[in-house]
Amino acid sequence: MSLLIPILITVIGASTPILIAALGELVVEKAGVLNLGVEGMMLVGAIVGFLVVFLTGNHYLALLLAAGAGLLTSLIFAFLTLNLSANQTATGLALTIFGTGFSALAGQGYSARPVTLMSPLFPPELATHPVWRIVFGFPAPVYFSLVMVVAIWWFFKKSRLGLILRAVGENDLSAHSIGYSVIGVRYMAVMFGGAMAGIGGACFPLLLTPQWAEGMTAGRGWIAVALVVFSSWRPFRLLAGAYLFGLVMTMELYAKAGGGPLAVIPAELWSAMPYIATVVVLVLISIRRDASTNAPACLGKPFLPTN
Amino acid sequence: MSFRLEKRPEPSKLMIYTAPVLSVLLTMVIGAVIFSLIGFDGIGAVREIFFTPLSNAYRWQDLGVKAAPLIIIGVGLSIAYRANVWNIGAEGQYIMGGLAATWVALSTYGMTGWWILPLMALAGLVGGALYAGIPALLKTRLNVNEILTSLMLTYASVQLIYYLVRAPWRDPMGMGFPQTRVFSEAARLPTIIPGTIVHLGVPIAIVVALVAWFIMQRSVFGYQMKVVGAAPHAARYGGFKENRTIWLAMLVSGGLAGFAGMLEVAGPFQRMVPSFPTGYGFTAIIVAFLGRLNPLGVVFAGIVMAITFVGGDVAQTSIGLDSAATGIFQAMVLFFLLAADILVRYRVRRVGTAPAEARA
Repeated sequence: MSLLIPILITVIGASTPILIAALGELVVEKAGVLNLGVEGMMLVGAIVGFLVVFLTGNHYLALLLAAGAGLLTSLIFAFLTLNLSANQTATGLALTIFGTGFSALAGQGYSARPVTLMSPLFPPELATHPVWRIVFGFPAPVYFSLVMVVAIWWFFKKSRLGLILRAVGENDLSAHSIGYSVIGVRYMAVMFGGAMAGIGGACFPLLLTPQWAEGMTAGRGWIAVALVVFSSWRPFRLLAGAYLFGLVMTMELYAKAGGGPLAVIPAELWSAMPYIATVVVLVLISIRRDASTNAPACLGKPFLPTN
Repeated sequence: MSFRLEKRPEPSKLMIYTAPVLSVLLTMVIGAVIFSLIGFDGIGAVREIFFTPLSNAYRWQDLGVKAAPLIIIGVGLSIAYRANVWNIGAEGQYIMGGLAATWVALSTYGMTGWWILPLMALAGLVGGALYAGIPALLKTRLNVNEILTSLMLTYASVQLIYYLVRAPWRDPMGMGFPQTRVFSEAARLPTIIPGTIVHLGVPIAIVVALVAWFIMQRSVFGYQMKVVGAAPHAARYGGFKENRTIWLAMLVSGGLAGFAGMLEVAGPFQRMVPSFPTGYGFTAIIVAFLGRLNPLGVVFAGIVMAITFVGGDVAQTSIGLDSAATGIFQAMVLFFLLAADILVRYRVRRVGTAPAEARA
């Protein structure tokens, strides 16, 4: 029990950035767009979040501006793929290369400069008992991610706009023919995904390691994309998947800290574990059923109404 | 007055070749503007990144050495992308090729013989191909997305380097540094121009591109890749099996990436070090697109990207611009190329002033 609570808290912390970015990508893909630039947008969010905290000390402003930076970055992708019908796979890759370079350049000279971690949302008096720490002990992005899981679930299940967005992702030509703006809806979705990726990226310096390190998201953006496939485009499964990955990453932390039986496995293998786990998870869901059956039908295809 | 895009009856041949040139030129212009706006010496940055490597004869050797792996990996990727197989894990396959070649070099340490280098080359090819075989197997058997698996395996292979150079392969005389011992003479790639760093890999890269071009133009293999990529239905009709194509595309692109890894470890590095992942595998994705998925185009694109790498180093020492700027310029080239590609399929028509003509 004494170990379980800290482990749970670490798991939830480690999962949150991936969960937030993956929720954004879920909405993007539901609209029929495949944005593989999540990793790049997260890095942009991470550096902007870091710089804002470093300069102002305001974590909420950092999250807000990181969201804005992610959104702006996603506009490059939106313009190329939606207006110019560029190949979505290639454009997403270009976005990741861009975000990696941009964040490294903007963060030049800032590595190893410490910032403060974000403090819990609720007053510490509420979280005195270990069990209450699980409920009240987290900084705001953790609660934000959980609220977004429910909100996005509700959005797709119950809201009219969610229905339109799904229609655009399932059959863009029909949605277009009954008068919905396919490009407009997809712009909204891509921008939302960009903002979420920006927030998710900012969580790295704000919640996990209070500093800037080049490429600090270390492929978590790609894992977020894989989680969307894993979840078969369902928000609550996404939550479960993200926490599963948080668990793997937490085991790595404990193993590297010299924790008993886990330390038998080389540290490098622990570091490789999230990526290996991603491959294994993708394999498992493919064995279980055809994962692609649940994918939005227009995923990754450009919208060409005139043809 | 406004502009409207009008679909061309068939893709413009002229624009196919103009778009890459346009994208590089636009990158220089817009790059200079953006870098000036954010407070750098924009024109200086563009000059140092794109022109200094060309005007300085001493830098030409660097260009050759940097272009060689980009061309070899880029050729492999262009074949895969032609077939619509999205191998983006070339960096990992490059690493596994380098590791396999290192294994041969370490096992033959102290030996002499002409056969050591060819054996290392074979190991590199096989190492890269086998690693690309994992996504190929998962894709053909279980329909698992090759983009995600090949990329995840790249992150895993980086950890494998760290493990090997820290533990089993660590140089016993290396004062604890995480790296292998320097390879014996027989396991090092010879330089071909005395007094320079230009090694045998540079002419090999050109040969690889020429052979690949010939194969893509003239063989059933090349035809199969192109048909499956361009018209999957027609390909199935023609008897080309999709799975076979995926396997071929992954093995060829992975094998070439692994071969490039062998050339790097036996050439510039001469030992395995943690900094072996140099990003060539990712930049080669841009090289493949910029070269229009054509092996000969890839040679030019590889040189252009090599210029930005060498220029990035120049800009770092001369004007203190972080080498990360290289990545931004490389990404911009790809952005502008993808944007310019719309002109291959569409033409820009002015509408408003002459509506009758526009409708005609």
